[in-house]
Amino acid sequence: MRLSKNYGRAAVVLLAGSLSLTACSAGSGGSTADGAAENTAVTVALTGEPVNLDFTTTAGAAIPQALMSNVYEGLVEIDQEGEIQPLLAESWELSEDRKTYTFKLREGATFSNGEAFTAEDVKFSIERVQSDAWVSSLKAKMDVVDSVEVVSDTEVAVTLKQPSNAWLFDMGTLVGAMFDPSGVDDLANTAIGTGPYAIEAWNRGQSIELAARDDYWGEKPGVETASLRYFADAVATTNALQSGDVDVVYNMQAPELLSSFEGDDKFQVLEGTSNGEIVLSMNNNEAPFDDVRVRQAVMHAIDRQAVVDTAWNGYGTVVGGPVPPTDPYYEDLNDVYPYDPAKAKELLKEAGAENLNITFTVPTRPYATAVSEIVVSQLAEVGINAKIESSEFPAVWLDEVFTKQDYQMSVVLAVESRDVLAMFNNPDYYLGYDNSKIKEKAAEADAADEAGYVSGMQDVVRTIVDDAAANVLFIFPNIVVADANVTGIPANSVTEALDLTNIGWK
Amino acid sequence: MAIRLLINLARFVVTYLAATVLVFLFMRTIPGDPAQIALGVNATPELLAQTRAEFGTDRPLIVQYFDWAFGLPFGDFGISYVTRQDISPLVLDRVQVSLILVVLAMIVALLIAIPFGTYAAVKHRNPSGIVISGISQLGVAVPNFLAGILLVVVFAVGLGWFPANGWTPPGEDFGDFLSRVFLPVLALASVQGAILTRYVRSAVMEVMSEDYLRTARAKGLGKLEALVKHGLRNASIPVLTVTSVQLAALIIGAVVIERVFVIPGLGSMLLDAVGNRDLLTVQSVVMVLVAITLIINLVVDVLYTVLDPRIRKKA
Repeated sequence: MRLSKNYGRAAVVLLAGSLSLTACSAGSGGSTADGAAENTAVTVALTGEPVNLDFTTTAGAAIPQALMSNVYEGLVEIDQEGEIQPLLAESWELSEDRKTYTFKLREGATFSNGEAFTAEDVKFSIERVQSDAWVSSLKAKMDVVDSVEVVSDTEVAVTLKQPSNAWLFDMGTLVGAMFDPSGVDDLANTAIGTGPYAIEAWNRGQSIELAARDDYWGEKPGVETASLRYFADAVATTNALQSGDVDVVYNMQAPELLSSFEGDDKFQVLEGTSNGEIVLSMNNNEAPFDDVRVRQAVMHAIDRQAVVDTAWNGYGTVVGGPVPPTDPYYEDLNDVYPYDPAKAKELLKEAGAENLNITFTVPTRPYATAVSEIVVSQLAEVGINAKIESSEFPAVWLDEVFTKQDYQMSVVLAVESRDVLAMFNNPDYYLGYDNSKIKEKAAEADAADEAGYVSGMQDVVRTIVDDAAANVLFIFPNIVVADANVTGIPANSVTEALDLTNIGWK
Repeated sequence: MAIRLLINLARFVVTYLAATVLVFLFMRTIPGDPAQIALGVNATPELLAQTRAEFGTDRPLIVQYFDWAFGLPFGDFGISYVTRQDISPLVLDRVQVSLILVVLAMIVALLIAIPFGTYAAVKHRNPSGIVISGISQLGVAVPNFLAGILLVVVFAVGLGWFPANGWTPPGEDFGDFLSRVFLPVLALASVQGAILTRYVRSAVMEVMSEDYLRTARAKGLGKLEALVKHGLRNASIPVLTVTSVQLAALIIGAVVIERVFVIPGLGSMLLDAVGNRDLLTVQSVVMVLVAITLIINLVVDVLYTVLDPRIRKKA
């Protein structure tokens, strides 16, 4: 008896002690963080933690989002407007036949393991993408490379099999990341690049801590340390922002939570663009959507602006085609299929498809659930009765819709940059679009000069839209909520990378 | 006593083995191909086949089962499909976090339940006793996650007294650890405390009606004095039973609370692994939870015999 009494007393003392300690630390912790740490550190809230650090063998946007531009760099980078800019290559020349790029490399760049960055590393990195070391079909982007020749320590010549506009752009994405031959042993855990930051700590299930490198070749980033904190849901991110635990919530997934930040001087809300298209997919191989008139009816039946307004609080850009505004061949195609329910009904009648019953497979993602309700009600107005079937994302959706193509209609966010050809120039892709009309045009455009590339790709995209291959509802916004004093946030998400180098404090 | 312990151990092993079979089979029935998920929308048939071979998911089920189940007791949980690393050290990391959370919550819950439950029993006819019993009734009805969300809204977002979420290991920064662990522990403990208060109350009330307590009071002891000297030890046995059952429930509650408070424990690991179809990780985490529950039962059984000599003699 006496024993348990003592334990009880000890426990009470412990509890009281911890309560008082808690109160102290909560009070003082806040003020020191405000005073000392703010100008040298930034904490960014993101969704979806990287499962490891190796994007050469693991799919998904989370790894390149954290590492590209920050830890790894390419010869070129894609800026906020979608333009190709020099990075590890100071400049480059393109041969007459448009097949050989000669890059002049920046001098003095080093990897975080101390090795110098040289032309040999460029050759190694490009050839490694083509080898079996890369287990990702993104490696196909490097198929066009015929040979890499080291001209000198600071000069490298890359010869393509045929001219390609897409290739140089891709070199600004993750396939163009530059590796050191001695730094690729354990990519899943150790990332060694030439970037301004090195990974200082990785707390699994929680955060990645980046520290600015003293020996970085370029300008020092705006903050000494950047912490990427990972959250499973949007409410937790905004709670953390409001309680001062994070400074920036990047790529916010719940626009309905923004109302408490809009109009509050302590916070800023930015709306940037992204590469992501919200695609209302129709299985081109399956009835009733194997009939172009039925697909066109769906295009006319849906008021895309109303979808954005209802489902995503008006955030997002309505473009009418599968190309985001930051791509060079973008054009506004909203006029091709204006909202016109009467026309939709007419097309359905022509196709003999009145009073259709279809199944709408909706992945378990916030944007998909939000979009599905209004899409269903708009389809109902023209006589298409869509039954919603929820599909766990990614596991079940990938299996049923994407791989087995066992679906009629679905909706998904396609996030890869410049992915129009990946989606439509492949008849085996889950959309099932017959690419015979665009295949040659796409190849010609890629091999043409820059002007020819733009006009050729515009032609390709118009053909896809005329065929109503899929209904791109809107371009997914990149919504950022942040402390009002944070500057330099890259609001546009043009490639997978979240470039932290310009982030700083007022 | 030794026989009793042996029977318990045998039961432990059989239950554990049965659980491995069930968990393994269940994981194979849920749809979704781990290789497909690991590769995403960029997968090609060749890459898929290569990845399945690497994961070993192309082998016969029975081979996969034995490979996994016989590694478990030796701490070899296999390699995660997602992180491509040994699972055991990752699980060990997470177990510590969850156990800290659950044990703290249980301590706080008992600190709430024992005094309040006893008081409510002793004063069961007084208004104050009725109020406590009413509040505990209300607490029983509140789900853990709701308690968590409410605490965040009031104390983190509204008043700004505590961080809304996140975790710092106690060894790294103890002050920060306490400030971060406070709300989640409170969320778990308040609901648990309410449940236990009711059990303590009824256990104490039952003891109070026993003859030996009446005898003690007749000898001139006060109500509370008699209870403390003669009754609490007996009342502690049903409370211990409930505590062990509730400890298992608390582990499940922690899974949800870890999500609300973004705590890197077993719960978060489990949910992420299910989403990624990281089958071996899911199986291993579930088996760790099963093992913890079974061990708690085993320990409680031993404690019974210590607390109550009658049970010892029966065996």
